Amino acid sequence: MKKHDKSLMTATAQASNQGAVHPEPWLNPDARPMVEIRGLTKRYGDTVAVNRADLKIYKGELFSILGASGSGKSTLLRLLAGFEAPSEGSILIDGVDMTAVPPYERPVNIMFQSYALFPHMTVEQNVAYGLKKERVPGAQIRQRVGDILETVKMGHLAKRKPGTLSGGESQRVALARALVKQPKLLLLDEPLAALDKKLREHTQFELMNLQDELGITFVVVTHDQEEAMILSTRIAVMNHGRFEQIGTPSEIYEYPKNRFIADFIGKANLLQAEVTAVKNGIVTAFSEELGAELDACAVGQQVPAMGSRVWIAVRPEKIFISKESPAEQGSGGGRTVFRGTVEGLGYFGNLSIYRVELASGKILQVSAQNRVRTARKTVEWDDQVFISWDIRSTILLEV
Amino acid sequence: MIRRLQRGDGRRQWLRMALVLPYLWLLLFFLAPFIIIFKISLADPLVAVPPFTALIDWAAQGWDRIYVTLDNYLFLFEDRYYGVIFLSSIKLAAISTMLCLLLGYPIAYFIARQTPRRRNLLLLGIILPFWISFLLRVYAWIGLLNTHGVINNFLLWLGLIDQPLALIYNDFAVYLGIVYSYLPFMILPLYANLEKLDLDLHDAAADLGARNWQVFFDVTLPLSLPGIIAGCLLVFIPAIGEFIIPALLGGSDTLMIGRALWDEFFINRDWPVASAVSVVLLLILVLPMMWFQKAQAQTDAGAEAQGGVV
Repeated sequence: MKKHDKSLMTATAQASNQGAVHPEPWLNPDARPMVEIRGLTKRYGDTVAVNRADLKIYKGELFSILGASGSGKSTLLRLLAGFEAPSEGSILIDGVDMTAVPPYERPVNIMFQSYALFPHMTVEQNVAYGLKKERVPGAQIRQRVGDILETVKMGHLAKRKPGTLSGGESQRVALARALVKQPKLLLLDEPLAALDKKLREHTQFELMNLQDELGITFVVVTHDQEEAMILSTRIAVMNHGRFEQIGTPSEIYEYPKNRFIADFIGKANLLQAEVTAVKNGIVTAFSEELGAELDACAVGQQVPAMGSRVWIAVRPEKIFISKESPAEQGSGGGRTVFRGTVEGLGYFGNLSIYRVELASGKILQVSAQNRVRTARKTVEWDDQVFISWDIRSTILLEV
Repeated sequence: MIRRLQRGDGRRQWLRMALVLPYLWLLLFFLAPFIIIFKISLADPLVAVPPFTALIDWAAQGWDRIYVTLDNYLFLFEDRYYGVIFLSSIKLAAISTMLCLLLGYPIAYFIARQTPRRRNLLLLGIILPFWISFLLRVYAWIGLLNTHGVINNFLLWLGLIDQPLALIYNDFAVYLGIVYSYLPFMILPLYANLEKLDLDLHDAAADLGARNWQVFFDVTLPLSLPGIIAGCLLVFIPAIGEFIIPALLGGSDTLMIGRALWDEFFINRDWPVASAVSVVLLLILVLPMMWFQKAQAQTDAGAEAQGGVV
């Protein structure tokens, strides 16, 4: 689904052989960014909504800015569109400084979360509005409006007023209205939030196809990590006005930079521990919560010092659950094994989620695909189970 | 909604009562007086009590004849004086309405863009004058505008003028009085409308290439049309029949229906002609009301077609 879905290791390897058309332009130091944000800061009185943010977005990307409400993502969107002026720093679009450029002159268009269709104009008039303001000749306007309405499959409703459209239809019109101006950058504010589940999935893929077809750079602002993961070439996770991590969806999921990201993106079992030994990039740490030692891999990061406190995260799907004992016990041989009791069980059809209580009282979450078709559960409540994981699956995070 | 309520029998009774009451009210205090006025407008004046001929002449055996005349209406059309009065009233009311709109729109827009706390404070400021009697407020203007009133004295003291300005007993004073008195009726419906306006629409228009003034004329103004119409009617209708303001602030050459009515009733004691003037005035007022009703019904139908999304 994702066009640039590569793990960190292969991606780093690819960075060395630069081609003319780079599939991952952010790895190419010579690539010119479509959007460049430099030290961008926005203050409202005492509160800092965006705090010295730096970001490069490349042509043709479908870039997501992901954050909870109040993270500053909406302010960033408004800064990009030009509705707000930065307190410090600058925004460059296609190499041109946009700081002093008003919204009506920026090569940027936005699809609002509320869609913001003009209720007193027909679908056609809504879409034509931007071109009229640009003083495009009438014949051309009709041509382009007709074309874009066909692209979003809304041609048959061209004469309708927005009030008579469904949510999905309104969204298409809003998209057409923003795209018809052929912006260098299209901003989408929570594009799928107002749609129901079935329509969301459909629209997600349509958005991706459309983006691919038109080659316009999309920047999506969302609080929905699933939406961001599926849509994006890259994601910037925002928290307290800063970017906590910028990377491909898989980088962010599999190689979170810090505890916030590990916790915010997906589910993670987080264990606090103290480093007791370091050998060949494998860090051994004692966790009081578990009353046991754990091994973890340091991947592309600084090896923590002896005695320092770290967080070790293990994703639920990386943990293997079984009633029979795996080959080895304890930590070692590249696998970590613990015994525990099933304290909770959630059956989702395709997968099951277990809450396993270890001897120390710590509860870990484990998820497992239900690969075998059976009405009986292989692991039941109160079962004594073994849980194990590959030490390469652990995520080592500094405190 | 109504159909659903009708299911319960007790509820139905209450609903009927609730529906009947306003009709009863209108019947008693609007339709009945109107019928009486209309009846009088069809009579001849008479020096008697009451000062007009009876509709039905009661003879010894039952009724004798019904007496109806259109003379009063014909008189209104023949005597140019009334045509001039109607026209000048309409002109005065229309200009006052326009002035209220030009003044009230920016005020309403400004208030609607404030924080909710400041909004309420400003609205209170708009409504506050209503706590003082209308008559008193108009009287106060006399003190301000008089030849030796506050404004003239102040300007003389400043040395900006050496002769008092003629600020009162002319059309200027009437316009001032009407605009002052009716401005809140323009601001309030406009505010109610502008306050609901989705600011995303402004951003959307700006994003699509509209400058601020274009955003206003393309989006804000057309969407505030219902507020404009409501405000204009609320000002125009009372202004056209206004009596107190032209009587207190106007000059002898200020021609308004309200004054003509007063003169016919109490000076000429020609009740039939006065009644005819009233009926014609009512017609002039009912027509724009009907137009407004129609416009309102259309926007309502439009809102309904939107499926309650709004």
